[in-house]
Amino acid sequence: MSDLRELYQDVILEHSKAPRNYRELKTANHKAEGYNPLCGDHFTIYLDLEGDAIRDVTFQGTGCAISKASASMMTQSVKGKSKEEATKLFERFHQLVTGEANGDRDSLGKLDVFAGVSEFPVRVKCATLAWHTLQAAIEGKQDPISTE
Amino acid sequence: MTAAANSVPWEFQHPMVGEATFPVEEVRRDFPILHQQVYGHPLVYLDNAATSQKPRAVIDAISHYYERDNANIHRGVHFLSEHATEEHEAARRTVQRFLNAADKREIIFVRSATEGINLVAQTYGRKHVGAGDEVVITAMEHHSNIVPWQMLCEEKDARLRVIPINDRGELMMEELPKLLSKRTKLLAVTHVSNALGTITPLRKIIEIAHSHGVPVVVDGAQAVPHLKVDVQELDCDFYVFSGHKVYGPTGIGVLYGKRALLEAMPPYQGGGDMIRSVTFEKTLYNDLPYKFEAGTPNIGGAIGLGAAIDYVNHLGIDNIAAHEHDLLIYATEALSAIPDIRIIGTAAQKAAVISFIIEGIHPHDIGTILDRSGIAIRTGHHCAQPVMQRFRIPATARASFAMYNTRGEVDALVEGIQKVKEVFA
Repeated sequence: MSDLRELYQDVILEHSKAPRNYRELKTANHKAEGYNPLCGDHFTIYLDLEGDAIRDVTFQGTGCAISKASASMMTQSVKGKSKEEATKLFERFHQLVTGEANGDRDSLGKLDVFAGVSEFPVRVKCATLAWHTLQAAIEGKQDPISTE
Repeated sequence: MTAAANSVPWEFQHPMVGEATFPVEEVRRDFPILHQQVYGHPLVYLDNAATSQKPRAVIDAISHYYERDNANIHRGVHFLSEHATEEHEAARRTVQRFLNAADKREIIFVRSATEGINLVAQTYGRKHVGAGDEVVITAMEHHSNIVPWQMLCEEKDARLRVIPINDRGELMMEELPKLLSKRTKLLAVTHVSNALGTITPLRKIIEIAHSHGVPVVVDGAQAVPHLKVDVQELDCDFYVFSGHKVYGPTGIGVLYGKRALLEAMPPYQGGGDMIRSVTFEKTLYNDLPYKFEAGTPNIGGAIGLGAAIDYVNHLGIDNIAAHEHDLLIYATEALSAIPDIRIIGTAAQKAAVISFIIEGIHPHDIGTILDRSGIAIRTGHHCAQPVMQRFRIPATARASFAMYNTRGEVDALVEGIQKVKEVFA
């Protein structure tokens, strides 16, 4: 059970049950869809960009606990950041969930709860789906992105 | 945990047979892979609809072939080639008897059920389906029995029609006659649904289709391991299955086709073995079944499949079916007794497949947590996205049973699900 507790931390379960910023964003000027065809996870990320700054970000969709909590916590962590800061944060987050983080975990803040994902390689896609979709929204990609 | 006292929430139409009548412990000893620990727990393999495990007899037959008999077939004059050819053709006769096909030339070796369907679509389909024509499929098909027909329809400007399913996951048979017309050139239907477990009323479907002059292609991938298939009794025109789901190796499958249809069909792929003579002016194609078997085939795979069928025959497919049906009833009762579980697919006629969802817990999370208890199930859309759309769910968790599963493993599954609920409590 210990690995499972590492993965399904209370914070993650709580976010999956009551996701933050879970709504359509009326002021969105960027939007992207992401899905994981293997498990049917499907999210839309709404983004309000002002120049380089992420003024607001919300999401909607369906997915497993990991993907939903990740999307929820991502919206909290990137709101108010610049595009470049968000991209850097994704890089560090990706390293964290793939077990390649090299000491610099403090800068991840609350996102550090996803460290347990690294013990479950097939769940990396769940944890990163929202982040990939955010990247697509920032870059203004039109086609839905897929983890496959 | 024992099965709950609750009765099954719907009526099964098979008599119940106890576990005691099937030598499941002996059978388990024949499957080397089953005897291992996964994350410190005995492996409970309940992903048989994805692929089945292989008995020692199959593994040995393949090893023996490569250690003693390996040679190319149908061309060598030497001892090994003759021997390999004999074994390959013996496997074809084993398949023929297994399906009760009238003639061994009606058994075409392919890579998989998927390739069998594509072969029919690309040969029979391209020849007979034209602009404005229609191909009928059902709402419970695996993507492999949707996409090849979609591709064909797109190419020919034909139309795909779909027989709907009801809330139990049964075909709405009353819709079938309405979908058939002079434009209908082909009907493709699964024998057993991989996502729902539903056994379709094939005899009736085929009878109705034939009364409209429509030939029927059957996807038997999920049926062949679990129930007796008699292609002559069914009177189906084509029947496909995959070796690896019936305890054989991957990379080998079978297309059965009525001889007259196969004779009239153009070849699928060109190459060696499928020809009688080649000049730059004209090629004469080989006789059945070789006309459809271009290139060096999967000889070891065919021999492995033959050994798998021998193994199934030795136990008796009806005995296997009875044992699996007992597991289906036992598991259905046990899972139905767990609060918040909903079984997707409650047809009166079912194979031992249980798709389920738990309120508030995504199937992917169920799968991960069960895995850490050594329990292998499948989660996702099971390559049947239209089925998921029909039930308005993104995915299900699916436990699918085989001859070597036990009631004890069902109990382990139920315990595992309790753990899932604890994590999410």
